[in-house]
Amino acid sequence: MTRINLTLNGRAQHREVEPRQTLADFLRDGCDLTGTHLGCEHGACGACTVLIDGLPARSCIHLAVRADGCDVRSIEGLRDDPLTVLLRRHFHEAHALQCGYCTPGMLVTARDILRRFPAPDEATIRRELAGQICRCTGYVGIVEAIRRAGAELANQPS
Amino acid sequence: MKPPAFDYARPATLPEAFAALLGTEGAMALGGGQSLLPMLGLRVAAPSLLVDLARLPGLREVTETAARIRIGAGVTHAAIEDGVVADPSRGMLRRVAAGIAYRAVRNFGTIGGAVALADPAADWPACLLALDAVAIIAGPDGERRLPLEALLLGAYTTALEAGEILLGFDVPRLGAASRWGWCKLARKQGAYADSIGAVVLPGDGAPPRIVLGATTSRPALLPHAAAALARGEAGATLRDALLGDIEAAEPDADSYRRRCHLATVQRAIAQATSA
Repeated sequence: MTRINLTLNGRAQHREVEPRQTLADFLRDGCDLTGTHLGCEHGACGACTVLIDGLPARSCIHLAVRADGCDVRSIEGLRDDPLTVLLRRHFHEAHALQCGYCTPGMLVTARDILRRFPAPDEATIRRELAGQICRCTGYVGIVEAIRRAGAELANQPS
Repeated sequence: MKPPAFDYARPATLPEAFAALLGTEGAMALGGGQSLLPMLGLRVAAPSLLVDLARLPGLREVTETAARIRIGAGVTHAAIEDGVVADPSRGMLRRVAAGIAYRAVRNFGTIGGAVALADPAADWPACLLALDAVAIIAGPDGERRLPLEALLLGAYTTALEAGEILLGFDVPRLGAASRWGWCKLARKQGAYADSIGAVVLPGDGAPPRIVLGATTSRPALLPHAAAALARGEAGATLRDALLGDIEAAEPDADSYRRRCHLATVQRAIAQATSA
């Protein structure tokens, strides 16, 4: 076991982890943060996307030991994040989820898209969402929700 | 899809890293981990010890001289995509970086890790070969330099010796008269390539470099096509030279793959030679 110290959803954590444990399993099994979903477990589906030091990361292909000294934020830690609150409302209104399994990763990635591309158009959103798989195939609603959220942001006085 | 058990070391200096890699049978270096972690989950890699290179000093540095820019092996695809590191290639590196996998992968995957793994379908080996880059390699006995042609030996095979670590790449600066082309064929945005065409016209009297990537082995320079292009050939003559070079680069390619390869290289040439 290796000791790690990290900030998780804003709170300092001191934990012992096995080197082989992924960050996703650490969050789900070690910290009871089951909002991080595991789909493919090899970096292809994007359901497990979280933020490491503010950057989207696939927690199924990160080792928990490497999160030592990092700031990790899972979907639970974005509850009051203004951008996530905005996206959640548009996901609701545009019917951007069916079963909800991909939604945590979709929200984390959508947040990153809006941070990097102001008022993104549909082509940009679809390109940037290529790594997030929705097996309900609800992409029309998801893309529309992100587009509407971006448009609302662009119309807000800064 | 859970990795097998292994030990973990995070050396703070290069000598410690060499010692860790050489001191344990079955030790492997860990870069960004964006390919190695899936391989661990799929159990196609089973190291006894992972030596994490993330905190070694200098691997993320980018240094510039008049003739070239050295890009540290630990620089991420996203850093190159965003233009936060100096670009010797007049946009080629940024274009290539943006097409690698997905942003969450690009945030952590590194240029050195991608080359050291030498996946035949990866983007950086083909791109750096086209740019005539030189790898800087450190080992217990000191540093050595190896052109990409000499570093890349085959699928998942490089000239890196046990205990050696890629420090970075010296990439020659392209001049104002240079042109490049890049065409990657993949089944979807972010997927590994089925074929890659990469073309660099240095424009300073140096010959064109035409590379076919995503073969079943290493990326290959296409010498007859480059010579034909340098002579100003086009049309059927250039096409015949390309087909011969593609046959030599991937002798077992079926007709579909030969057509893919011809298309990507032709499109890259068209990009590089268009007004």
